[in-house]
Amino acid sequence: MIVMKKMKLDKNLKSSLITYGMVIAAYIVMQTLVMTDNISSLMEGLFVPLCIYSIMAVSLNLTVGILGELSLGHAGFMCIGAFAGAFFSKCMNGAMPDGIRFVCAILIGAVVAALFGFLIGIPVLRLKGDYLAIVTLGFGEIIKNLVNVFYVGRDANGFHFSMKDAMSLGMEADGEVIIKGAQGITKTPQDSTFTIGVILLLIALFIVLNFINSRSGRAVMAIRDNRIAAESIGINITKYKLMAFSISAGLAGVAGVLYAHNLTTLTALPKNFGYNQSIMILVYVVLGGIGNIRGSVIAAVALTLLPELMRSLQDYRMLIYAVVLIGAMLFTWAPKAKEFREKYSPKRLLALKKAQKEAK
Amino acid sequence: MKKKLLSALLCVAMVASLVVGCGGKEETAEAPAAAEESASEEATGATFKIGGIGPSTGGAAIYGQAVKNAAEIAVAEINEAGGINGYPVEFIWGDDEHDAEKSVNAYNSLKDQGMQMLLGTVTSTPCIAVADEAAADNMFLLTPSGSAVDCVANDNAFRVCFSDPNQGAASAQYIGENGLATKVAVIYDSSDVYSSGIYETFAAEATNQPFEIVAAEAFTADNKTDFSVQVQKAKDAGADLVFLPIYYQEVALILNEASKQAYAPVFFGCDGVDGLLSVEGFDTALAEGVMLLTPFVADEDNEATQNFVAKYEEQFGGVPNQFAADAYDGMYAIKAAAEKVGLTPDMSISDMCEAMKVAMTEISIDGLTGDITWSADGEPTKDPKAMVIKDGAYTAM
Repeated sequence: MIVMKKMKLDKNLKSSLITYGMVIAAYIVMQTLVMTDNISSLMEGLFVPLCIYSIMAVSLNLTVGILGELSLGHAGFMCIGAFAGAFFSKCMNGAMPDGIRFVCAILIGAVVAALFGFLIGIPVLRLKGDYLAIVTLGFGEIIKNLVNVFYVGRDANGFHFSMKDAMSLGMEADGEVIIKGAQGITKTPQDSTFTIGVILLLIALFIVLNFINSRSGRAVMAIRDNRIAAESIGINITKYKLMAFSISAGLAGVAGVLYAHNLTTLTALPKNFGYNQSIMILVYVVLGGIGNIRGSVIAAVALTLLPELMRSLQDYRMLIYAVVLIGAMLFTWAPKAKEFREKYSPKRLLALKKAQKEAK
Repeated sequence: MKKKLLSALLCVAMVASLVVGCGGKEETAEAPAAAEESASEEATGATFKIGGIGPSTGGAAIYGQAVKNAAEIAVAEINEAGGINGYPVEFIWGDDEHDAEKSVNAYNSLKDQGMQMLLGTVTSTPCIAVADEAAADNMFLLTPSGSAVDCVANDNAFRVCFSDPNQGAASAQYIGENGLATKVAVIYDSSDVYSSGIYETFAAEATNQPFEIVAAEAFTADNKTDFSVQVQKAKDAGADLVFLPIYYQEVALILNEASKQAYAPVFFGCDGVDGLLSVEGFDTALAEGVMLLTPFVADEDNEATQNFVAKYEEQFGGVPNQFAADAYDGMYAIKAAAEKVGLTPDMSISDMCEAMKVAMTEISIDGLTGDITWSADGEPTKDPKAMVIKDGAYTAM
């Protein structure tokens, strides 16, 4: 029994180490290419988005794969994190050293998003299945629309807030409007770098992988697998569900802060924080394997790169992207495709060869 | 175990495809570098590479397509007439899906392809993001239609269209000076940068004008199909003019709703209203008397305009909108400025930008959207033309 437990532990550790190693190896390879000037500007510009979407996929996998609840509002948490972080950076720009400010912005983005995750989780996690999906979807849209009507300004008298328009802030002439409704936040300092993105991705992976392998993680998975059984052995369902959901939201917030500090303009459009974005992240999770954290990272990287690398195909690229997406989904999940893969898996073929040899 | 192996295999396959993808990209990245080298060696075979970025797929594709098509027409004309300073022009396009992040990707991709100057981006939000990237590279940027103030905040950036504040203030002044109304209602899209930007300056300027805003009704991109409430409120407030700083699709719906409610004030719009008469299924009789301040109308009786519209219709079908006109003018502005300072394709991107920055303030072009001159802050100076729709056609007032 003890030996088995040890082996199990080692297996988990090994798997986690492979995941970290993969990220670090990719980072080293890419950094070397950058140093030796062997990389296109397109790839260089994609580094930070790749980290952002990997973190998003990892965090959503915690909700979908480990907690077993379908959430369609993940971009909403990203939006909250992005606006909280960017707002902080905008206010504190120049008031504290850049590095410390950015770290604070990341923490604030994470905490605010986690707080929202917690608050929304209280009513939402009483729901199951489709209902949860619908409510989270609605939440994401509400956040996006709310952010679009916020006007926040600052002048000598302090902060002004309005939900109507910039004029009703009633600011003095020297005041600065920080959040301009639909126009969002502009001129956020560009602090996001590949290094910071990779560090944050590693931290996110560390948090999620350790959470999964912890006592709490096992409790969460027990709830996922059989709620009644879990409840009957005394697991506090609400507590563990909220815990997983908040962590997931908090990590999405981190990705949001990274997003906000990557571009100098931040607006809540359907394209970046809307329903489609949430679905896109869900696609990363499903394609990478529900509950498979490493797979999420790989799928996020692959699917973010794909349309960009197909730029030479002009307007056909989105068409081809869609076809590739459907093909990949079918390949991974369709029963016939699974059968096919098993039939022709190298392992089976090797075993067959071996058997043939032995027969001879 | 089988499953594990399988997933591992899939991982390997994906990573492999990535590496292959990266490898492919690097090759193309090296290609322009090589091309640049050969260009400096033998300048005779060189071309100007002008990039364009905009949404050619997705919800805002109509704007991106218009700019792309018009820029292609302009480039073809310029090349036919001998190019810029004797060098042919090549136009390369990047799709940004109206998303800031994708726009920056498109910008980087175009840079890899050897772009030297940028005619873009088309929409405001992505333009702000790209403008900062371009400023870091010191690349010359001329946006045909990025109307938000921040688009041209950097000194390497210029624009062809009016800025949002400019349009709002000009509309308010026009209404005030011509005594069109005493009570004005505004219906605007609070989730749209263009619309809320115009509304803000319109409202600010209105305080200096002899009319008052009696109703300011907002809608958002998510509920822009039913305008009964907004029209009703404007009617109840007794507004004799409704200002519509929005795009023509919504204007058509509002006009329909107003006619249903038997409410007939003066409707006044900005350049977004251009295109109203070509909305499918829209009774153009309802548009009778709609006024708009716009730099371009497709049926203007002017040789250059007619020529452009005919070419556009022939090559791409459909009537070009103001985005197309702005892009066409933008391409000619680049030509004029480049000829002013004798730009050659073998100059570095940064040198080109420095030269263009100065040249832009010295040129004046007689374009489709009027006589345009530029100031050093990147803003164009041109007269908005007040148009009124009469007998199903735009007529100058």
